[in-house]
Amino acid sequence: MSDPHAPPPEVLAPDAPRLTGDATAADLESLRRRTSVYVYEAPVRLWHWLNAACITLLIVTGYLIGRPLPSMQIAEAYDQFVMGYIRFAHFAAAQVMTVMFFGRIYWAFMGNHHARQMFVLPIFSRRFWHELIFELRWYFFLESEPKKYIGHNPLAQLAMFFFMTLGLTFMLVTGWALYAEGAGQGSLPDLMFGWLIALVQNTQRLHTLHHLGMWAIVIFMIIHIYAAIREDIMSRQSMVSTMISGHRTFKDDRPD
Amino acid sequence: MATIETFYDVMRRQGITRRSFMKYCSLTAAALGLGPAFVPKIAHAMETKPRTPVIWVHGLECTCCSESFIRSAHPLAKDVVLSMISLDYDDTLMAAAGHAAEAAFEETIQKYHGNYILAVEGNPPLNEDGMFCITGGKPFVEKLRHAAEGAKAIISWGACASYGCVQAAAPNPTRATPVHKVITDKPIIKVPGCPPIAEVMTGVITYMLTFDRMPELDRQGRPKMFYSQRIHDKCYRRPHFDAGQFVEHWDDENARKGYCLYKVGCKGPTTYNACSTVRWNEGTSFPIQSGHGCIGCSEDGFWDQGSFYDRLTTIKQFGIEANADQIGMGAAGVVGGAVAVHAAISALKRAQKKTQDKVEG
Repeated sequence: MSDPHAPPPEVLAPDAPRLTGDATAADLESLRRRTSVYVYEAPVRLWHWLNAACITLLIVTGYLIGRPLPSMQIAEAYDQFVMGYIRFAHFAAAQVMTVMFFGRIYWAFMGNHHARQMFVLPIFSRRFWHELIFELRWYFFLESEPKKYIGHNPLAQLAMFFFMTLGLTFMLVTGWALYAEGAGQGSLPDLMFGWLIALVQNTQRLHTLHHLGMWAIVIFMIIHIYAAIREDIMSRQSMVSTMISGHRTFKDDRPD
Repeated sequence: MATIETFYDVMRRQGITRRSFMKYCSLTAAALGLGPAFVPKIAHAMETKPRTPVIWVHGLECTCCSESFIRSAHPLAKDVVLSMISLDYDDTLMAAAGHAAEAAFEETIQKYHGNYILAVEGNPPLNEDGMFCITGGKPFVEKLRHAAEGAKAIISWGACASYGCVQAAAPNPTRATPVHKVITDKPIIKVPGCPPIAEVMTGVITYMLTFDRMPELDRQGRPKMFYSQRIHDKCYRRPHFDAGQFVEHWDDENARKGYCLYKVGCKGPTTYNACSTVRWNEGTSFPIQSGHGCIGCSEDGFWDQGSFYDRLTTIKQFGIEANADQIGMGAAGVVGGAVAVHAAISALKRAQKKTQDKVEG
């Protein structure tokens, strides 16, 4: 009877200096074929997670503004500020998100090549459309293996462009126009976005559009999180950890 | 023009004392949001300036604007302004009728050409060459164009003239059209509401007669002094909104306590008007004070937004009546379901591939 705590026989002796104790020969062989690219720089990652936090907060508080919590009698109305705090959180998160969105645009100019991908759609590139169709086929289970992508795959790029670049812009503009109502005529938000109210006829319609925009972002979140986790498992590259470390690692070294 | 009486002359002729006249000037200054320094200016203007003639015409409407106007809280304002208007032309309120009234109409237009204010109540229907509204034997749209041609400025009374109101609601069979879309070459001041508040109406007209210019307007052409804030911004129930205390159902305990009507569909947060400050019927009350939410009558297209008790606009394109949240939640549900199915298939495919790899490997 051998020692149950002893390493299995395929584990190498400590003569593999770069590796920790439980690396197997198969691990070594796998490691030899894996590569990594630094894709998402720190400002992009920071933006991603703070933006995600803001959006989550905005969705929850926004929903509660549209459909408030059951009435509560904690104190007299002048000592109770439930709706007030919810609205404050919504406005504060939106203001943080606005500043960060401008920061993200700034980084599109200052950062690496991949920092720009979200803001452009290469619609004149044949390769883009070809890969888009390939990616669609992968999602319809018509391809047995996906391609490897350094940045976003074309489908993801499309979603990012419409839901984040355009979607967030839409939510920021409509949101600030709604905020302008409370800020008052002649205020900075009113001067910048107040024109939108007359454009959409009345502010009830503006509220309605803002609600629809929220649901579009909820749908994006569902798809985005699902796709990220699914591709992390099923694709040939890292997904979730890339947005944490910035490095895209690949599971094989085949060129295509 | 020297023969035209001043405001003061008209007032004195009506038996109003100078003391009452000065009170009226103070009230007008306060109503218009002006400081005490403006009281003598208003008094001076009214004593010396010849009054501005007003022609008041009626298109497709229900006369609720006139009904509101003659119930202005301050009787003096009403008497003065009203008597001055009836001196010229208002087919509903003037003593003359028929040919005599139409003659007065023409006479006023010619005599004061380029100087009178045209007040429009209701709007012209444009379909069938305007045959859906005939006044004085002619389509109203012709009368409106004729009267507007020599007007110094136009006041669009109420939701009808400003936005179209119920007669312009979809599908708008008569093609009722707000005044500013028919008359495009004159300054137009919109005083929306169904009806507008009496004091808002007399306030606007007094401002224009006194200062001889239009009050400051917002982007939609409404006087800022009455329409720059929402009902919600000045609502006396606003503290309950901020506290999160709402009427959950009609006539529940919270309704008796006077909580916020937001959850039962009050449109105060999306409606610009002065109801929560000026109130109605000599400042007695306004809809929210009497326990019913605002229906947003002074907003553009207020008949076409769905129920009076919904805070989101009904979206008809989905066949059934639905609002943004129902559609959004439905779409999110469908996508969530699709994702779950897709995930299940992915897992199966992956398991299949692994087995295959094992067999092949």
